[in-house]
Amino acid sequence: MSEILVLVEHSDGSVKKVTLELLTLARSLGTPSAVWLGTGADAAALATLGEYGAEKVYVADSADLDDYLIAPKAEVLASLIASTSPKAVLLASTADGKEIAGRVAIKADSGVITDAVGVDADLTATQSVFGGSTIVKSKVSRGTPIITVRPNSTAPEAAPASGARSDVAVSVSDAAKSARVTGRTVAQRGGRPDLAEAAIVVSGGRGVGGAEGFGVVEALADTLGAAVGASRAATDAGWYPHQFQVGQTGKTVSPQLYIANGISGAIQHRAGMQTSKTIVVVNKDPEAPIFELADFGVVGDLFTVVPQLTDEIGKRKA
Amino acid sequence: MKIAVCVKQVPDTWAEKRLKPEDSTLDRESAEGVLNELDEYAVEEALRLVEAQGGEVVVVSMGPERAGETVRKALSMGADAGIHIVDDALHGSDAIATSAALAKALDGRGFDLIVFGSESTDARMSVVPAMVAERLGLPQLTFAQKVEVDGSTVRIERQTEYGFDSVEASAPAVVSVVEKINEPRYPSFKGIMAAKKKPVETLSIADLGLEPAGVGLGAAWSNVAEFAARPPKAAGTVVADDGQGGVKIAEFLSQQKFI
Ligand SMILES: Cc1cc2nc3c(=O)[nH]c(=O)nc-3n(C[C@H](O)[C@H](O)[C@H](O)COP(=O)(O)OP(=O)(O)OC[C@H]3O[C@@H](n4cnc5c(N)ncnc54)[C@H](O)[C@@H]3O)c2cc1C
Ligand SMILES: Nc1ncnc2c1ncn2[C@@H]1O[C@H](COP(=O)(O)O)[C@@H](O)[C@H]1O
Repeated sequence: MSEILVLVEHSDGSVKKVTLELLTLARSLGTPSAVWLGTGADAAALATLGEYGAEKVYVADSADLDDYLIAPKAEVLASLIASTSPKAVLLASTADGKEIAGRVAIKADSGVITDAVGVDADLTATQSVFGGSTIVKSKVSRGTPIITVRPNSTAPEAAPASGARSDVAVSVSDAAKSARVTGRTVAQRGGRPDLAEAAIVVSGGRGVGGAEGFGVVEALADTLGAAVGASRAATDAGWYPHQFQVGQTGKTVSPQLYIANGISGAIQHRAGMQTSKTIVVVNKDPEAPIFELADFGVVGDLFTVVPQLTDEIGKRKA
Repeated sequence: MKIAVCVKQVPDTWAEKRLKPEDSTLDRESAEGVLNELDEYAVEEALRLVEAQGGEVVVVSMGPERAGETVRKALSMGADAGIHIVDDALHGSDAIATSAALAKALDGRGFDLIVFGSESTDARMSVVPAMVAERLGLPQLTFAQKVEVDGSTVRIERQTEYGFDSVEASAPAVVSVVEKINEPRYPSFKGIMAAKKKPVETLSIADLGLEPAGVGLGAAWSNVAEFAARPPKAAGTVVADDGQGGVKIAEFLSQQKFI
């Protein structure tokens, strides 16, 4: 009865880091079982899931799960909940994760909590709301708790378990096959870690001054092995691609370290980065509201401070 | 083409939002209510589709009495009619109850498209559109950065982690839009005057055939156990760059074991 289902996030057959975090979290709540929906669950992927504590890996290997949006995944996950009666279900707080959770909640007649940053052993979820100003603890009071958890909420730790594969027969209803994915367009992303999952994010705003200006931001990111983010002012101006926007209408990130360069700290930007564990700010305006969030800030020109920082990190590493 | 747009009244983005100690629900009185910014893009997209292809736009909102202002705002942008779901029993509804009420209000009215914003700026769940699609058994075309209607085929570009997916379904369908899809218009003076005369239907939960016990705070399927203001962050160190700013950050990062 203490089985915890963890929905695996994967792309191109590899397991995303957030799933390893969820498995680690699930071990403090019960016995984790991973759920793989879609094609591509090879031996290596299963081994990774086992290494991080999945006792079982349910695999629903069907192209229907890849080729149609959300509804088929919700259908299979709901039927798995019905057959396994888990203690809880954990998903990543991504667009897909939240939508699957919402639909599954209705199908399974269960309550849902999104954007948790922590889950206690009694399944009380902690959320950080209103741009991080309020901490809320809540609990699902009906059915199977379905909880989506933000990336970087738990540090992934290995704890080998059997990771035994258990195939799930899939029959997706025609009704669920109504929104067909006809193409995938991938913007280039230059070998850096995923923005939503990265442990360190270095971002630039209007202060970067132009597309070329992002060179100093990228150089710093690369010495730290970080992802690059941008404010909406920078993405709207076309200086950096839209998918790297951090904030209310971009990605919500919660890394160990967030370095904001030339960003003023508008409320919509803060909404997407406020739960970062450590925040460093470089801005030439001492009044910029982003300094309110800074653990460490430098009032200065990013074009001198940031390259100096990059050099210094290089020296210290050498 | 008949398009419904679901819009929510939320506290002004810039207002300090807080929960009420009595029942842990959002204090909606202390801040000015505005049309959820992301829903403006939904209204705009619906208006553009109807301007290009003909038809009608109906805005639908669930919320207390004063959410009527939000319906008027959308009407002043150019929507044709409104539906306002208002009932004291709905106070404290979670996404599950909200989606139930919206689905009942939308069902059977012959809408070809039901358009949503991608997120409410107060709840920030991004689940209501998917839940309404689930309840109505309609295709879900969410997080659209582009929408195209070609006869009964609806095509969108769904924003993804790395770019976008092209997704296709037959109308009727549920769509949600992201902010880069368009630039919402401001209501004109003429639009504001015209909005006063446009029809707004109000619906109670009895009109929707829902039981009071099934909605609102008491029926929420998840409950807030406690909440607290985030402990104030220990004030950080801010220094002026004296030519060594970058080095000082490196020292800080090294103390924190990042390097
Ligand atoms: C519906 C809606 C959704 C939104 N969603 C988002 C979102 O998701 N993400 C987001 O970021 N914004 C979002 N915004 C926009 C937000 O309100 C701000 O406009 C935006 O975040 C500002 O970006 P910025 O901080 O880069 O620019 P600015 O506010 O112009 O700040 C630039 C900063 O750079 C500093 N600076 C300039 N030159 C230098 C230099 N050489 N060295 C050091 N510092 C320098 C300046 O002092 C200033 O503080 C949204 C707005 C709306 C209405
Ligand atoms: N009370 C409501 N009335 C009408 N539409 C709503 C309501 N709540 C949410 N929505 C719609 O659902 C979208 C997503 O909201 P949410 O899931 O709360 O982030 C919003 O952008 C609105 O389009």
